[in-house]
Amino acid sequence: MSTQAHTGPEVHADGAAAHHGDHAHGSLRGYLIGFGLSVLLTAIPFWIVMAEPFASKQVAGFAVMGFAAVQIVVHMVYFLHMNTHSDEGWTMMALIFTIIILVIVLSGSLWVMYHLNANMMPPHVMDQMK
Amino acid sequence: MTMASTIAPAEAPTFHLAQEHEHPEGHSTMLGFWIYLMSDCLIFAILFATYGVLGASYAAGPGPKDLFELPLVALNTTMLLLSSITYGFAMLAMDKGRAGATQAWLAVTGLFGLAFIGIELYEFAHLIHIGATPQRSAFLSSFFALVGTHGLHVTFGLIWLVTLMVQVGLRGLVPANRRRLMCLSLFWHFLDVIWIGVFTFVYLMGMLR
Repeated sequence: MSTQAHTGPEVHADGAAAHHGDHAHGSLRGYLIGFGLSVLLTAIPFWIVMAEPFASKQVAGFAVMGFAAVQIVVHMVYFLHMNTHSDEGWTMMALIFTIIILVIVLSGSLWVMYHLNANMMPPHVMDQMK
Repeated sequence: MTMASTIAPAEAPTFHLAQEHEHPEGHSTMLGFWIYLMSDCLIFAILFATYGVLGASYAAGPGPKDLFELPLVALNTTMLLLSSITYGFAMLAMDKGRAGATQAWLAVTGLFGLAFIGIELYEFAHLIHIGATPQRSAFLSSFFALVGTHGLHVTFGLIWLVTLMVQVGLRGLVPANRRRLMCLSLFWHFLDVIWIGVFTFVYLMGMLR
């Protein structure tokens, strides 16, 4: 009896969300939040590189990449209005598929080419290593 | 004989699903355009991978630290970010059905986009003037290919934007124009996402190298 009472409003909420999210253009508040976050997430990495607060370049590099990743997610959510229910989830599916291909292409290229560089040294470098 | 001729039209083969239900015009445009953007994303992924592999091959020529001016890149990034939020305002005006306000915000977006392209062309002209041409090294070839492709996308986005301003002026915010404005909205914000990758991976990481 209690489970029935519980499923009632849930089904209703789901249907409302699907209907509302079909063609979301965002709200003024959403755009302003996205813009504010983007300004912050852009300014901090520029500051990291220009003011050099970190002694280690590797730490600075990882921090800059981290901020970029977060900002891409912010743009996806607040500007591109990505969600799991528009077009019955197919936009999200296309995005996930693309990200998988992207990771394979980027990490694969860098990995393979790095090892090629390391294994195909020019002869004079090989001589020095003897 | 007569029977066969009368039956024949009724048994004419149909090459489509007879039961297919009606689709409203343009109902799948947004998904289709999104899939186009994802394929465009793969073009940029390949250019990023190329830059990642060749980005340190200076051929004894100038490197990122000799060439890039971060204040200029920061200004460029600001222009593109501002154009993103003003396009958002154009979409909000479109939701309210105000054609004039939509056109005004599109015009502001276009001006920010023009400023972005102008600054980028100034940077390219400066680089070529000091001899850092795409022919100089593999690093510069991949740099011009990646940043230039993004700039070309923004240029075509601007042409599309002006076209839509004229369309809205001629026909108002009819459903077809709303659909086109939503496609350009995706395109424009997508280019801003790509630019996040460019300024991080090319300029900021280049200066850290």
